[in-house]
Amino acid sequence: MSFISYLINGLSLGSVYAIIALGYTMVYGIAKMLNFAHGDIIMIGGYVVFFSASSAGMPPLLAVLLSVIVCTVLGVTIERIAYKPLREAPSLAVLITAIGVSYLLQNVALLLFGANPKSFTSVVPFSGLSLAGGKLNISGEAIVTILSGIVIMVGLSVFIKRTKAGQAMLAVSEDKGAAQLMGINVNGTIGLTFAIGSALAAVAGALLCSAYPTLNPYTGSMPGIKAFVAAVFGGIGSIPGAMIGGILLGVIEILSKAYISSQLSDAIVFSVLIIVLLVKPTGIMGKKINEKV
Amino acid sequence: MKKSTKFLSLLLAGVLTVGSLAGCGGDKAASDSASSTEASADGEVFKIGGIGPTTGAAAIYGQAVKNAMELAVNEINEAGGINGAQVEMKFEDDEHDAEKSVNAYNTLKDWGMQALLGTVTSTPCIAVAAEATNDNMFLLTPSGSAVDCVAAENAFRVCFSDPGQGAASAQYIGENKLASKVAVIYDSSDVYSSGIYEKFAAEAANQEFEIVSAEAFTADNNKDFSTQLQKAKDAGAELVFLPIYYTEAALILGQADKMGYDPTFFGCDGMDGILTVENFDTALAEGVMLLTPFAADADDEATQKFVSTYKEKYGDIPNQFAADAYDGMYAIKAAFEKAEVTPDMSASDICEAVKPAMTEINVKGLTGGEDGITWTADGEPNKSPKAVVIKDGAYTAM
Amino acid sequence: MKKTMSKTTKSNFITYGMVLAVYLIVQVMIMTGNLSSLLQGLLVPLCIYVILAVSLNLTVGILGELSLGHAGFMCVGAFSGAFFSKCTNGVLPDGLRFLLALLIGALVAAVFGILIGIPVLRLYGDYLAIVTLAFGEIIKNVINVLFVGRDSNGFHFSTKDTMSLNLAEGGEAIVKGPQGISGTPKDATFTIGVILILLTLVIVLNMINSRTGRAIMAIRDNRIAAESVGIDITKYKLLAFSVSAALAGMAGVLYAHNLSTLTALPKNFGYNMSITILVFVVLGGIGSIRGSIIAAVILTLLPELLRGLNDYRMLIYAIVLIVMMILNWNPKAKAILIKYSPKALFGKKNAAKEDK
Repeated sequence: MSFISYLINGLSLGSVYAIIALGYTMVYGIAKMLNFAHGDIIMIGGYVVFFSASSAGMPPLLAVLLSVIVCTVLGVTIERIAYKPLREAPSLAVLITAIGVSYLLQNVALLLFGANPKSFTSVVPFSGLSLAGGKLNISGEAIVTILSGIVIMVGLSVFIKRTKAGQAMLAVSEDKGAAQLMGINVNGTIGLTFAIGSALAAVAGALLCSAYPTLNPYTGSMPGIKAFVAAVFGGIGSIPGAMIGGILLGVIEILSKAYISSQLSDAIVFSVLIIVLLVKPTGIMGKKINEKV
Repeated sequence: MKKSTKFLSLLLAGVLTVGSLAGCGGDKAASDSASSTEASADGEVFKIGGIGPTTGAAAIYGQAVKNAMELAVNEINEAGGINGAQVEMKFEDDEHDAEKSVNAYNTLKDWGMQALLGTVTSTPCIAVAAEATNDNMFLLTPSGSAVDCVAAENAFRVCFSDPGQGAASAQYIGENKLASKVAVIYDSSDVYSSGIYEKFAAEAANQEFEIVSAEAFTADNNKDFSTQLQKAKDAGAELVFLPIYYTEAALILGQADKMGYDPTFFGCDGMDGILTVENFDTALAEGVMLLTPFAADADDEATQKFVSTYKEKYGDIPNQFAADAYDGMYAIKAAFEKAEVTPDMSASDICEAVKPAMTEINVKGLTGGEDGITWTADGEPNKSPKAVVIKDGAYTAM
Repeated sequence: MKKTMSKTTKSNFITYGMVLAVYLIVQVMIMTGNLSSLLQGLLVPLCIYVILAVSLNLTVGILGELSLGHAGFMCVGAFSGAFFSKCTNGVLPDGLRFLLALLIGALVAAVFGILIGIPVLRLYGDYLAIVTLAFGEIIKNVINVLFVGRDSNGFHFSTKDTMSLNLAEGGEAIVKGPQGISGTPKDATFTIGVILILLTLVIVLNMINSRTGRAIMAIRDNRIAAESVGIDITKYKLLAFSVSAALAGMAGVLYAHNLSTLTALPKNFGYNMSITILVFVVLGGIGSIRGSIIAAVILTLLPELLRGLNDYRMLIYAIVLIVMMILNWNPKAKAILIKYSPKALFGKKNAAKEDK
């Protein structure tokens, strides 16, 4: 019985990673950059929900919506100011810039909101399921997170396959130069990607903080890294891959905590990642890269 | 590529020039202020430095200490200073990193620091204590609780040592027969938490309860505690000992509630502050016990005054770090007065005079309880922790 | 050909000369009492970061692989060196002990470099980056649960706590998990640091300008082409990677002997540290050794010199980082900068020889 509850805990943790990883993988797939600041956009999203829902008394859904808007604007602004000028630069330069943005957001939050943690009120209105006479508990947050993860995954896949903008994204991710020649607005497409990625970050922020209700300026950084690992795990750039990678990562983490060592769980998670990458160098769902001479 | 590298060297060299200029400027300013100290300020003000993390993940502790220190210094100055001299303070950030902490220490030395209230966190404190011993600088750490922090004879602390708290908690649980099966959840990557845990486990062997589960977590993995709680629950623990800070404790309480697990939770001084987390549902903390020298809603006059002034000025309710820092500043005052040091003395002379004086003073302060705090020559404070239980969202003495 | 050689040699000597000149200036400033305590305290860390930056440049700039786990090697070196020093403190003469500690730290890091390199170097690009990041985190995580003690019966190991070491009377726990190693003798001095920088430079610069270096750079520029002309890819990659790791390990030993406490915190050995070092390399110019040195010095000094700004300093550091990147790599911003910069000062000499 305890195995099942560990599994459920793993699923709910994994669903949080998955939802963050979706945003990560989206941006990576199109802009080919490791957006280290993604975790910090999540943190900002969390604060927006906190202040509008917990402090100003907005209904949770409205607060999340507001947070989506704020994060989208923030994401697009960051892209315009910090990343767009570096479109032609080596990926390392962009990586460092993203790290700079990450530090910037953390320190702005520190100055604005202070270092004291805030306790987050869950945006999920119901308390979850209790099965087998209270021995198994599935929290409402886990259910909502998994459902939203699936909805977002399906939505994104449909968007990319069926809409013109989605096709443009696909084209840009395949070959930027060729896409431009075909008349696709590359900058606009990348901007749109950041907008979607940041909107997802806002949703992830609300769900992350609902599941683990403390909020401080560094809330986003470690989940961000873990989600990044999850995205790589599933094959970075692949939308179903991010979902699968996130869930697997959460389950592995909880099970290794439960049955191997609670201190070494991170080491175990990272080891599994390495093994997966060695067997399948582009992740579980990743595309094979053809080498050109 | 060639062009860009060339450009880069160019830019860097330019920055270097600016950097070195800034460096010189910095030096100059430092030596200027040092000389001005000698000329005018010396003999007039005491310069007390403080070090702690005011940025980074541990910022909450450093900021609390900084604020409380400022508060105490202002009060002391308004009341006429120490030995008739005003006190000037300067607080430097160390980002909870030993190396940065030594940099902060050196910055303060350049400024002319005569005694140090710091550092806030244990690991940096050990590094700074070694430097301070070399310089024979008096060091009083408000919250550096690891044993090694005060290993040198010029170093003292305000808080309990980690082993002290671990043993006291085990004895309290055993003597009051709070439980027969105890689980522990601790932060294995944190010196404070693992230090308490080790001593607690050692002392538990002498007590009439059994540790049925001891699970750790790390700073990189401090969001999900469902596994640790599940293990405690499966082992049938009636009491969960949490020698951790309140940030994580708040999460643990919430997650236990969701699991439908309701043991007694028992914490140490790091747990204080849990009721003041903004927007925290205090119902979750109902029945939590903790051993703490400070309780923000204690009804003695000193605490109430401190809490209200602090809140007015900084907008937060002070935690145990703030209280320790506040008491630390008053301990420095008391020791300085006892030793009759004057601001024109060098840091080393002050240290020599204050070391014996520390063992002779008694500071009532916020964390001293009825009998006040006294110090032994090895730097440890003598004070009695209060056991409190949270009832109706407030501390109640047990 | 001859001319290029002499140009390379000249450029290398400029680099050595620069280090020596700074060393002499600093020594004079110390003697005349013109150096603040802050800067004096920063001298050894500066040496450490310079070594780290130069060694990482070997992986990133010369080998062309993005590594985010450099701090992991530093961590391994630091702990093995400090462990050795703790064990032999008082047994061996100080100088010899420190020398051996440096060697051991470098050696252990090199072994780890090889162990990690064999599987990892099969990957490319961002995947390699994420795996090195993972390795760095694993190393940090494992060290945090490692307890080692010594008593009359020899060494005891545990992954639980100091009690489970079962030390006999008089035994001492040396590595105490999250509390790490404390009380390491403070042997690191600026002079030793500068000697190690020069040693690092000799190793790296000679390697770059040798047959080996050319082979490594050929792999970087076009792996498949390099392979087709018979260059043993694995061998050269592994060589560069493990030398880079060994040097980082050496820097780690220096780090461990500069502070009296050594713990594997996210702050000092986590991926953040790896990224900090990477920032030095990228800002200094990927592949430019001299650039790495200068960038490491400036970026280490910057947050310290900004101390006067209190809570705003890390904010400003972040902004500086972003602005520098944009100025460096954006064609438009670059054009403006070049227009208004004193070009004459920077003749062709500065175009790094390590350039592609």
